[in-house]
Amino acid sequence: MSAPELYGLVLTGGRSRRMQRDKANLEYAGKSQLQRAMDLLTPLVARCFVSVRTDQLQDPRRASYDTIIDELPNLGPMGGIHAALHAYPDRGWLVLACDLPFLDRATLQHLIEHRASARVATAYRSSFDGQPEPLCAIFEPRSLVVIDESLAQSQQCPRALLARSDVELLDLPNPRALDNVNTGEEYAAAQAALDAATPAAPTSAPTSAPASLITAPLRRVKVRYFAVLREQAGRSTEELETQAGTPGQLYDELQRLRGLTLAPEFLRVAVNDEFGDWRAPLSDGDTVVFLPPVAGG
Amino acid sequence: MANVNRFSLHDIALQPEQLRRQLQDPACGGYAAFEGWVRDSNEGRTVLRLEYEAFGALALREGERILAEAQRRFGVARAGCAHRVGTLAIGELAVWVGVSAPHRGEAFDACRYIIDEVKHRVPIWKKEYYQDGDSGWVNCERCAAVASHGHDEPLAQEHAAHGHHGR
Repeated sequence: MSAPELYGLVLTGGRSRRMQRDKANLEYAGKSQLQRAMDLLTPLVARCFVSVRTDQLQDPRRASYDTIIDELPNLGPMGGIHAALHAYPDRGWLVLACDLPFLDRATLQHLIEHRASARVATAYRSSFDGQPEPLCAIFEPRSLVVIDESLAQSQQCPRALLARSDVELLDLPNPRALDNVNTGEEYAAAQAALDAATPAAPTSAPTSAPASLITAPLRRVKVRYFAVLREQAGRSTEELETQAGTPGQLYDELQRLRGLTLAPEFLRVAVNDEFGDWRAPLSDGDTVVFLPPVAGG
Repeated sequence: MANVNRFSLHDIALQPEQLRRQLQDPACGGYAAFEGWVRDSNEGRTVLRLEYEAFGALALREGERILAEAQRRFGVARAGCAHRVGTLAIGELAVWVGVSAPHRGEAFDACRYIIDEVKHRVPIWKKEYYQDGDSGWVNCERCAAVASHGHDEPLAQEHAAHGHHGR
């Protein structure tokens, strides 16, 4: 049985009581937390949404993304997760809090690669207390029943929910990846750390700039283009160095770099002359081909 | 059963008589073939000529897989498929499928299976050149990414209905 398709959800609904401001709009290295989270997650999932309260629908930062309205806005993160699972009950959901400034692509990839879709959820063990971290975790369709049961008993803590459910628990490859920011002091410290880690770049850098601040290893790959994509790319082959870890991320990068108009959901991918998986890791020296819809015969 | 299947790509005119000879087998009483020809119209537009382009290495692999599947499924003795690449004029032979089997039923069924699977699975693309000067890649014209962040569900459903392979 193959795993249900994976969608992404970035939670922004919460009010930051301690910081007295909207966490989604906190900026690091010129990007809002919301944009950073969406840039990280979008290439790794089939579709990506922002969880919003109805009173946040007019916020332009949120409105530029697909949104899922949190119908139970007083329940905190549980309300947002509940709304997503109700809207698309047959999808797995990679749920992310937007206030994780140190989160990197490798952490998300590791989670996806170790996803146990037959269980209720796949989550990381907290570096602090060993408990499941619900706000960088994959909730499977079957978690909806567990969430409904919890809400019926007025239990709104997603961490407690995971702690008593059948959850695949993983150790964090990077123990600081899920450190969050709750105070002005923590924000200032995180800003300084991330500004220092970001290579000097013009502030108008396109979104193709690497979303991850922890530098991913560069791979040297060859890309071959056929048919409509060959015409759009203006070449039949190219070699490039990329931080993309999967064909999906590589296509995302090339779409921008080469102005490719075909949406990835219409394409298949081949790696080293065989049909491949959009989410399988790329290796140095791989040859990748993105296949437009075929029309032989 | 010896593996005598053969899928091939050709940039010159196909020779059905030669291709047919590969399928002759004393155990076979039936031979069925399908020829796909270049037609002068598609979806109401007048077509002047076609161009086929193939991802050779993978096309040969996937083509061979389809032939082997047909052989297993229908118990046919031999199966072959030859596909053109390059520029083709109206009326030219674009694809040939041939099957030999002990009896006609399996031969017809396998032939149909092969051409249907080839059209959907083998990485070969077709560009049509129209009388009005326009041209287009068949099946690719409605696949553009949605420019805004709008909901793309209807597009995805339409795509699924056409049977393309998604990720």
